[in-house]
Amino acid sequence: MIGGLFIYNHKGEVLISRVYRDDIGRNAVDAFRVNVIHARQQVRSPVTNIARTSFFHVKRSNIWLAAVTKQNVNAAMVFEFLYKMCDVMTAYFGKISEENIKNNFVLIYELLDEILDFGYPQNSETGALKTFITQQGIKGQHQTKEEQSQITSQVTGQIGWRREGIKYRRNELFLDVLESVNLLMSPQGQVLSAHVSGRVVMKSYLSGMPECKFGMNDKIVIDKQGKGGTTEDTGKSSGKQSIAIDDCTFHQCVRLSKFDSERSISFIPPDGEYELMRYRTTKDIILPFRVIPLVREVGRTKLEVKVVIKSNFKPSLLAQKIEVRIPTPLNTSGVQVICMKGKAKYKASENAIVWKIKRMAGMKESQISAEIELLPTNDKKKWARPPISMNFEVPFAPSGLKVRYLKVFESKLNYSDHDVIKWVRYIGRSGIYETRC
Amino acid sequence: MPAVSKGDGMRGLAVFISDIRNCKSKEAEVKRINKELANIRSKFKGDKALDGYSKKKYVCKLLFIFLLGHDIDFGHMEAVNLLSSNKYTEKQIGYLFISVLVNSNSDLISLINNGIKNDLASRNPTFMNLALHCIANVGSREMAEAFASQIPSILVAGDTMDSVKQSAALCLLRLNRTSPDLVPMGEWTARVVHLLNDQHLGVVTAATSLITTLAQKSPEDFRTSISLAVARLSRIVTSASIDLQDYTYYFVAAPWLSVKLLRLLQCYPPPEDAALRSRLTECLETILNKAQEPPKSKKVQHSNAKNAVLFEAIALIIHHDSEPTLLVRACNQLGQFLQHRETNLRYLALESMCTLASSEFSHEAVKTHIDTVINALKTERDVSVRQRAVDLLYAMCDRSNSKQIVAEMLSYLENADYSIREEIVLKVAILAEKYAVDYTWYVDTILNLIRIAGDHVSEEVWYRVIQIVINQDDVQGYAAKTVFEALQAPACHENLLKVGGYILGEFGNLIAGDPRSSPLVQFNLLHSKFHLCSVPTRALLLSAYIKFINLFPEVKPTIQDVLRSDSQLRNADVELQQRAIEYLRLSCIASTDILATVLEEMPPFPERESSILAKLKKKKGPGKVPDMDEARWNVNGNTEHSENTEPTNKSSPPSLVADLLPTNRPRPASYSPTILSAGNMAPSHPFTDLLNMNSSPAAGASLLVDVLSDLSSPAPAPTTGPGPTDVCEEHFSRFVCKNNGVIFENQLLQIGLKSEYRQNLGRIYVFYGNKTSSQFLSFSSSVTSSDTLKTQLNVHTMPVDPTVEGGAQLQQILNIECLSDFSDTPVLNVQFRYGGTLQNIAVKLPVMLNKFFQPTEMTSEDFFQRWKQLGVPQQEVQTIFKAQHPMDTDVTNAKILGFGVALLSGVDPNPANFVGAGVIHTKNTQVGCLLRLEPNPQAEMYRLTLRTSRESVSQRLCDLLSEQF
Repeated sequence: MIGGLFIYNHKGEVLISRVYRDDIGRNAVDAFRVNVIHARQQVRSPVTNIARTSFFHVKRSNIWLAAVTKQNVNAAMVFEFLYKMCDVMTAYFGKISEENIKNNFVLIYELLDEILDFGYPQNSETGALKTFITQQGIKGQHQTKEEQSQITSQVTGQIGWRREGIKYRRNELFLDVLESVNLLMSPQGQVLSAHVSGRVVMKSYLSGMPECKFGMNDKIVIDKQGKGGTTEDTGKSSGKQSIAIDDCTFHQCVRLSKFDSERSISFIPPDGEYELMRYRTTKDIILPFRVIPLVREVGRTKLEVKVVIKSNFKPSLLAQKIEVRIPTPLNTSGVQVICMKGKAKYKASENAIVWKIKRMAGMKESQISAEIELLPTNDKKKWARPPISMNFEVPFAPSGLKVRYLKVFESKLNYSDHDVIKWVRYIGRSGIYETRC
Repeated sequence: MPAVSKGDGMRGLAVFISDIRNCKSKEAEVKRINKELANIRSKFKGDKALDGYSKKKYVCKLLFIFLLGHDIDFGHMEAVNLLSSNKYTEKQIGYLFISVLVNSNSDLISLINNGIKNDLASRNPTFMNLALHCIANVGSREMAEAFASQIPSILVAGDTMDSVKQSAALCLLRLNRTSPDLVPMGEWTARVVHLLNDQHLGVVTAATSLITTLAQKSPEDFRTSISLAVARLSRIVTSASIDLQDYTYYFVAAPWLSVKLLRLLQCYPPPEDAALRSRLTECLETILNKAQEPPKSKKVQHSNAKNAVLFEAIALIIHHDSEPTLLVRACNQLGQFLQHRETNLRYLALESMCTLASSEFSHEAVKTHIDTVINALKTERDVSVRQRAVDLLYAMCDRSNSKQIVAEMLSYLENADYSIREEIVLKVAILAEKYAVDYTWYVDTILNLIRIAGDHVSEEVWYRVIQIVINQDDVQGYAAKTVFEALQAPACHENLLKVGGYILGEFGNLIAGDPRSSPLVQFNLLHSKFHLCSVPTRALLLSAYIKFINLFPEVKPTIQDVLRSDSQLRNADVELQQRAIEYLRLSCIASTDILATVLEEMPPFPERESSILAKLKKKKGPGKVPDMDEARWNVNGNTEHSENTEPTNKSSPPSLVADLLPTNRPRPASYSPTILSAGNMAPSHPFTDLLNMNSSPAAGASLLVDVLSDLSSPAPAPTTGPGPTDVCEEHFSRFVCKNNGVIFENQLLQIGLKSEYRQNLGRIYVFYGNKTSSQFLSFSSSVTSSDTLKTQLNVHTMPVDPTVEGGAQLQQILNIECLSDFSDTPVLNVQFRYGGTLQNIAVKLPVMLNKFFQPTEMTSEDFFQRWKQLGVPQQEVQTIFKAQHPMDTDVTNAKILGFGVALLSGVDPNPANFVGAGVIHTKNTQVGCLLRLEPNPQAEMYRLTLRTSRESVSQRLCDLLSEQF
């Protein structure tokens, strides 16, 4: 289990140090600083072993979070905890920065005491934590005994993520499907690898203890319904496409037993924002953009590059924040760029030409051409030709996932599914979207 | 940064560096550098020519980026362009870039060389200096090829500036170090020597360094430098401290130059010219005198400089090793430093004394400081100084103080630093062996050593103990007793257990008489530790057990039970399992005789370089063991020999025991004396190697010491010239009760024997070991017998190869048939040519009548019945003689058995008496023989009575046997 947790700034100074177990000494703090933060070679592995002590770190902007242990722990658990810890801190004081951490160090220690106990992760649900770790002073807390006991029963009870007696005038519900699409394509346009990792994020403002049911076009569910189901359903399923989900994980509120037996996702939602599920698909991915590179070496001192991008979705949709990054050789001495659309610039500090387009509709095409002058070197090494990468944002889910329904049942209070206002949004972003050239 | 504030400074560079220093992260730094590189690339690419200033600035930036650890693959051309600039700063940056960044295989090298050549040819001294520095800094082979011929002329040219000469000398020195073959020696060498007379001390200092290096390469060419160096040295030494102005360092006149001159003189032996010699001695005396003067300054620099010169002077004194007074003075001076409060001085003093100890003049003087050194060992805080103290103690040890020093080292060992423990252990082991007058002391010391620092006792140390105990007959009993006592400690080190197991397995019988250490007690003691130790030790203990079975038949069932237990027979370790199974079978199947042969006592080990010393040498690296040892070792010449013989031994032949074993064991050969060695000592002592020994118990004590160190004891002169030589019978008597061993040895040749007899037939394997490194030519050997003997004994000699290679071993087989009883002995004549002279060696072959004994077991009744039958007065021979060796029952038992007769116990009414019976087989007859030996411990006398059916046999046997006790 986790023996200790340290937070460092970019210089390696310790901002937060919390040791849970005796086997972690003070020198562990320095060991991590010396061997990872100040290492000569950049340490890329998130897990480092120094003198039989394991350090798991994540980096948020300039801040290092490191969990330390001497035992053989489940690394995935530790990272899950670290990410959760980041979420909790963000929920409490916004962006994780040196300034914010210094200003909130008392709160952070308080949180650490609550979410880790002798190195074992505890309830780290922000909603639940906020009920008893507040940022008001002691005077501000006018909690009655009743309220306190309520908190206790909630935190220790079966449904630890939601307290009772929540009331909203308007019952509202926001559903975001956020996907990032990853691609590696050969120069000839052959897909070498592609996958989508997505998240379903919910914001719920519902009264009472509602029971929710979430449905999407999961292949298994659709097929099942098609077999045993009514004529109405079969008609629908043939019209709509279903998707094959490779793997998925759920928020703790989802009843896994029900999912296992019926493949239905039912839950009592936490209040506020949370991530309902995470999933990954690899089949039938809609690639929003196609990049066609053309690189020609003209002698030893010149390079001609032409890149065409094609948008491959409904013309009615608009892609945003498009950025194409074309790497240049290390001995580039000058670049001339011509592009039809957007703005392109040679960034010497990054050794790349960056081409930005604000908006682009579907089924369109755009082109950039560049002339790169090279300086002859005495190194005989050939340029490695790194891939051209791309960033964008599109208003649909590249995996093809569709939300079929989200039903809310609340038997005690008097509101029905129809009274709940529901919002659904799809956002597809680029992950590592590369084309070799 | 002062350079920046001036008009010439490079603002862009300063800004760039401060940008990089302000970068918050690695990524930011890389970004900034990428940007700068792109900028420089575009600037260099630009069609309009850059002015010198910008070029210099960008090359500087590139250099800075390179030194930050990034790759730079352009800009070389611009740097080379800078070389042709006329401005000093631009040239300087160009050279800087080239010395740091240009690698030798660059295609720009010819351009660079051209630039350098131009600068060398220019009359501008600063440019010449820059060029010379660049050559020295790059120092590559290409540079040497291009300029090695040019620099000497600059160095000796009359009109060269002093500063250029200085640089040229150092540059040449550097080239000479990197590629000595390319620096041509020529007439300039003679003129270089005269630089020692230069007015400018800087030139002299640089030239001295150069000459020292060159003189090491070809001392003869620079012999003239001695007188100049001495003259210069004496001028410096006698100068007042203010004379040399710039070269006086904290009131010490030119300390660096003095040190270098002294170093130079160390390349040569003491000067032959008496005047020169006395002048040098005077200098050295002055330096020693100066050390006594009160310091002129309290600054540490003053004393450092003064002491540097002093230590170098002492090094020279030690190197010359010719002036006893100086050596003693040096020693006394160092003695003062031993108690100095400066740790570095104490360290240096100990280190220098170490070398002083090896000089015959100062050895005694060094010895007077023994108490201080021992004190240093105990109280010194710095471990490296303690280490030096140990080294010094080791070096100053001789016969007179060995006991004290070994005792001190042992007591220090208990709380010594872990890093030096192993080395101390080795040293103690070596000293104990080297100066052991009395081997009981040796055994005690080593056992103590194992007790105190068992973990640090390496394999070699305990191998050595065993080798020595086996080779020294007289300590075996004592060793067995001591080991037995040491093993009784509740917790003893595994190494002790190994030694214990081995020694008790071999010599447990020597202490078995005492009821407190009866066989069963010994066995139980060993077995009680069995389960606590590692696999190799267990394997060794198993071998010890099987040896017990041979030594003490009464514990056989107990040991068989142990071997039979599942934990042995089904042990997961293959080695243990195999040993257990094989030993068990061996003990069940083989008869007592076979067991006795297979498990015979280990024959003496061949003498060779002490494995411990080899280890110490390896540990310290060449040259760190005091020189004296090296020298003595080489003189002795044994080292090479034993190493060389090893490979040839491997091919040498048949296992004798193989013939004797009745069953078709899969690995019969390995059952012979190697049996104990398997897995423990086997790698270093293959079975056949046992024949290649050159020490014997009788001469062992002296030989061992001899081999180790003693120059003083004269080695036996090689027999020179042809003609009859005395018949050697030095080792003859040892062979009465033994069959194997070394019969003859001198500086050239070693003759070893391995013999076996069955009834009236015998076979002797004679091994001739060439101890030299050159060939023996026309080698021949024959056996001659007197006329009477010829009728009694048939000796058939196999022919041998006429050449014996250096270090090789030759084997010859002699077949012997006994026709009738005999009393004479055949003589082995060996002839060979070594280095042109004919060598003639004659050795008495140990073929005696008793070799043809077959032991006969009989009951008490039988014995006395036969005893009475042989009642004729002529048949009985009786002799009373004084014991020559300590009266030990077990040893006597062993000797009587070795003599060939069966030892009958419970026959004689007096249990102290020994009774034996056997039959001598000759071709014609068989002669029964009964013997009785009655010891009288009070008077230290023996009475030996022999009755045989033949009068002559009785007499002969009596003569043979009576010499043995």
